[in-house]
Amino acid sequence: MKHTLSVLLQNKPGALSRVTGLFSGRGFNIESLCVAETLDPKVSCLTLVTRGDNAIVEQITKQLHKLIDVIKVTDITEGEFVEREMVLIRVKAEANTRAEVLRVIDIFRGKVVDVSPTSYAVEITGPESKIKAVIDILRPIGIKEIIRTGTIAMPRAPKK
Amino acid sequence: MSEPNNRKDYPMSKITGSQAIIKCLQEEGIDTIFGFPGGAVIDLYDELMDSDIRHILVRHEQGAVHAADGYARATGKVGVALLTSGPGATNGVTGIATAYLDSIPLVVLTGQVPRALIGNDAFQEVDIVGITRPCTKHNYLVKDPAELVSTIREAFYLAASGRPGPVLIDLPKDVVASMMPFPEKKPIKMQTYQPNLEPHPGQIEKACKAFLKAKRPVLYIGGGVILSNANKELTELAEKMATPVTMTLMGLGGFPGTNPLSLGMLGMHGSYASNMAVAKSDLLIAVGARFDDRVTGRLDAFAPHAEIIHIDIDPTSISKNVEVDIPIVADCKHALLAMNGWLDDSKAFDAGAVADKHQPWLDQVKEWDDKHPLTYREEGDIIKPQYVIEVLNKLTGGDAIITTEVGQNQMWAAQFYKFNHPRRLLTSGGLGTMGYGLPAAIGAKLAFPDATVIDVAGDGSIQMNIQELATARQWGAPVKVAILNNNYLGMVRQWQELFYNKRYSATVMEITPDFVELARAYGAVGLRAKTKDEVEPVIKEALATDNLVIMDFAISREEGVFPMVPAGKATTEMLLV
Repeated sequence: MKHTLSVLLQNKPGALSRVTGLFSGRGFNIESLCVAETLDPKVSCLTLVTRGDNAIVEQITKQLHKLIDVIKVTDITEGEFVEREMVLIRVKAEANTRAEVLRVIDIFRGKVVDVSPTSYAVEITGPESKIKAVIDILRPIGIKEIIRTGTIAMPRAPKK
Repeated sequence: MSEPNNRKDYPMSKITGSQAIIKCLQEEGIDTIFGFPGGAVIDLYDELMDSDIRHILVRHEQGAVHAADGYARATGKVGVALLTSGPGATNGVTGIATAYLDSIPLVVLTGQVPRALIGNDAFQEVDIVGITRPCTKHNYLVKDPAELVSTIREAFYLAASGRPGPVLIDLPKDVVASMMPFPEKKPIKMQTYQPNLEPHPGQIEKACKAFLKAKRPVLYIGGGVILSNANKELTELAEKMATPVTMTLMGLGGFPGTNPLSLGMLGMHGSYASNMAVAKSDLLIAVGARFDDRVTGRLDAFAPHAEIIHIDIDPTSISKNVEVDIPIVADCKHALLAMNGWLDDSKAFDAGAVADKHQPWLDQVKEWDDKHPLTYREEGDIIKPQYVIEVLNKLTGGDAIITTEVGQNQMWAAQFYKFNHPRRLLTSGGLGTMGYGLPAAIGAKLAFPDATVIDVAGDGSIQMNIQELATARQWGAPVKVAILNNNYLGMVRQWQELFYNKRYSATVMEITPDFVELARAYGAVGLRAKTKDEVEPVIKEALATDNLVIMDFAISREEGVFPMVPAGKATTEMLLV
């Protein structure tokens, strides 16, 4: 099962490689990884998507917590959450397909961020399922290049 | 005329990095360190000359780390090694990994090229922080001189607290040479590291109730009992609850080996009674042990009928390999104290009733032990390695500090020496490092000059760090090395005999030095026993001399270690003598 972990860690040299080294060294997999500074510049937030049964994810969480540079580990998938990923896609856009590409982008509420005589570069944001859908639709038209950020996620605020 | 109220603002109060490091070591009560000099640490070595810290010059950096490790295991204090950059640091890595796998507190100081050269492939530069990241509890590269002192203090705190382990500090040469303040030491508080020592009272209650309900309980104890100095509390609990105790290799000595409740070691080369007791138990109480594959054998057949209580300070150890019913995250000593206290206060606990209830179980365990005790076959005059260990045990009153190399020698020592006290068996359990025993013995002997320290070795593994004989001689560490010599890499040979059709690929030591002559070359005493009769006189002579001794025992060449659970089998599927 897919789990999205949010890891707060000290913004120190080598801290990120302690996390990634833990995954490779113990044979856990990382599907995506996103990391940047938080409001406190001494702390980074890392969003990590991994797969495994409950025992594996429990072990991953504990092992992460054991790292001295790690402040907090949350399995976001345990509760309600919002997730977003951004993708930049360079898609073929020649005379006969330019209009169709624009229509598709519009449906997905994407933006064109670069234009050339034969292609558009488009920006699309959304949960993983939406990113997958837009890729599936654009693929037959001709995707030249694709860059994904990986997922970031945040728990929803309590309802009360 | 005002007094300066903040002296560290004055240049006068600054000291060099070398001075600061030595002051930090003194602050931690370190009187002995192990190391090998080089260009990147030459400033620190210069300063060491004027300090009262004893520096033990080894012959290879692996020896320095193992010796510091032996010192730490024997004393319970943090061991310190000092290595130069590049090859000095990489030579230490096996020692660091050895300490990491067995949770031994070490602080390893490595020199590094000056900051401006880091990343330039400079002479003797290596990214030792990167290399040791997965085999240290934590490590540091000190880039800011102002952080040197706090880093060293934090390193000592991390090494010794919680689940102990090695911590490495990489010290760029120019950082060590620069001037810095030496602030007063304050209690260390880390936002991201707060080991949980105290057990949850609710879990203690659950554990005690399960214990009182059990009919066939077994205590399964590991190195955590020794690391937390919980042997007394453990013994109290075992006796109070009339419960048999089995030990991992790392747990030997955590409970007296001659106590009637002791089953000896469990697992791959454990006693028949241990493995049967665990397999038939209805409650397994794991204390400071981590369900290693050498202990559990095939996982689904390990303690299949037992409810499992697991006391461990490291949450990652709990339910890692075997699902635990009652986890207790705490220091072993604190948890055992709490269990003893709960039972003492409980109306449900009646020592006599418990002893009566457990008697059939203890009888059953005794029956297993009588049926298949740890034993070996005599073969006339031929020296049996187990016999050598028995004589060592007899002549030292079971009271020596025994270090081992790795392989058959290690297992025979574990099986046939009766460890009645903690910190008397120093062995590389987790990593299984050949070459550990001699330098570790030197470390232990330097910590306890009056103790008898014996390295039980094989002819293969002794050669992996044999250069440390010179260290032992130079620093007055007259340890005794007992080589169980079969001209084989015996443990691998045993596997080849049993599982590879006796195809002895690369396990025959065709050339082995004459260890008696070798001892003489190092200025030590060399003794040899070729027949059974000669064993006792040789050991007596070795123990009587003040000098470093190598004893070379020509043992039965194809002796195996039994019982043996073949890898991947259930622990009840033992091959017996």
